[in-house]
Amino acid sequence: MNEELRDLYQDVIIEHSKRPRNNRALEAPANSAQGYNPLCGDQVKIYVRMDDGKVADVAFEGAGCAISTASASVMTETLKGMSADEAEALFTSFHDLVTGAAGPDDEDLGKLAVFGGVSEFPARVKCATLCWHTLRAAIAGQEDPVTTE
Amino acid sequence: MTASATAAERPTVTAFDPEAVRRDFPALHQEIHGHPLAFLDNAASSQRPRQVIEEIARFDSNDYANIHRGVHELSQRATAAYEGARDKVVRFINANDRKEIIFTRGTTDSINLVASSFARPVLNLGDEIIVTTMEHHSNIVPWQMICRERGAVIRVAPINDRGELEIEEFEKLLNPRTKLVAMVHVSNALGTINPVKRAIDAAHAKGVPVLLDGAQAIPHLRVDVQDLDVDFYAFSAHKMFGPTGVGVLYGKQALLESMPPYQGGGDMISVVTFEKTFYNGLPAKFEAGTPNITGVVGLGAAIDYLEQLDWGAVTAYEADLLDYGTELLEKIPGVKIIGTAEEKASVLSFLIDGIHPHDVGTILDRNGVAVRAGHHCAQPVMQRFSIPATTRASLAFYNNRDDIDALDRAIRNTIEVFS
Repeated sequence: MNEELRDLYQDVIIEHSKRPRNNRALEAPANSAQGYNPLCGDQVKIYVRMDDGKVADVAFEGAGCAISTASASVMTETLKGMSADEAEALFTSFHDLVTGAAGPDDEDLGKLAVFGGVSEFPARVKCATLCWHTLRAAIAGQEDPVTTE
Repeated sequence: MTASATAAERPTVTAFDPEAVRRDFPALHQEIHGHPLAFLDNAASSQRPRQVIEEIARFDSNDYANIHRGVHELSQRATAAYEGARDKVVRFINANDRKEIIFTRGTTDSINLVASSFARPVLNLGDEIIVTTMEHHSNIVPWQMICRERGAVIRVAPINDRGELEIEEFEKLLNPRTKLVAMVHVSNALGTINPVKRAIDAAHAKGVPVLLDGAQAIPHLRVDVQDLDVDFYAFSAHKMFGPTGVGVLYGKQALLESMPPYQGGGDMISVVTFEKTFYNGLPAKFEAGTPNITGVVGLGAAIDYLEQLDWGAVTAYEADLLDYGTELLEKIPGVKIIGTAEEKASVLSFLIDGIHPHDVGTILDRNGVAVRAGHHCAQPVMQRFSIPATTRASLAFYNNRDDIDALDRAIRNTIEVFS
């Protein structure tokens, strides 16, 4: 198989896309936001419950490609216990990773480093970042749907 | 063209040489990610033959100037080339008169012209426009916009599970409030060829004019607007091996005469004072401003290219290729074709079990196979089949069995990646 394809569709990503974690709705009280990628029709809804300034629980619903589903799944696994500022800083590192602005050796990334292969596929960056943009809106309590365009 | 007869049942194609045609298209001869390119995204936009590329370069290098106003030599040459292309379109679709051919920016612009200049003046509160479930967004949204403005409504003719228009249901929708039927000739998402003659006859029996969106039909079928008796026919150059940014609206002369201008500006007037302006006659009335002169010349070159082909042989060849692709894809476990109409052209829209079309598109690309993944600007079609998207391979006459074999291998590779 093509090496770049193997980097993109790593086992961890395939596994999360088939068996996504935290793939459910959160009961109130929780913030939520809708994200939409009009290019491919992918939709994601992110739920987040903040407790004492930290992420107490986070989950997602929606149908999407393997990259967007795995990204949302790994994101929800990573965020628990973080403050909004820490989540924002992690998004910046993640964004740098998938756009190729930084390598996968940033230690803060942890498991998110598996998305390093996305940087070779510019058309797929939005698949990986949609859930993060939507998370940001959910934490901020923004009502308008987030789109990638 | 049908996808139902097997390839073996068809007569052998001899009058059309696809390998000779392939040599005319420079873009086809390259490697993508280490594989020979299999360009199967023709429904989005087709490649151009060197005859079109060279004619555009020749025109721009020698004859280019603004048209219709200059007394100088280049303006006269450019005007002759531009108006010459109009005569080519007249012959190509068998229009009755050059006044019936309006150059536009493309199919979308052509449809918007009809929405603005034909539909707006005739629509009143409660009036209806009929479309079908399988329309491209460009044949939905302009009507929605004009209907909202006029208090009119859109009625939608349904399609069956094979992606065929339910023609009896369509006929039942025709009523005294119907002011227009707007229908796709060949579906971009499903490949369905609609029974447009029957639809037009049924609409005319109720005094209703019909617009056909011919964007996907024009590269695959020979269209005769007089034989169809269609009132408006819209198509784009870039899907028929010509350049982007230019298209055609055909309209029956009496209808076009009765319509007010679409846009105001230069070229569409005869006399302008601040008190009153007299509009120009057809076709200039609908061509305000300096048009896409080079684009129109390129469209003319594309028509010249198409007219030297034996179209009986081309359609037989394309049908054979579509059958071959259908048979191969049906053999792959987990692959399901969306759009299995009896009358079909060019399109293989499909799903792979458990794999999102966007991922399929990426992996196919790495195998050198260019397809489109998504809703194909036909979201109501996706809703009809309760799917978010499909992967779509769409053929042109320059494709061959190697391209289909590459698609088959790449789909199997995709399934492997996800296994």
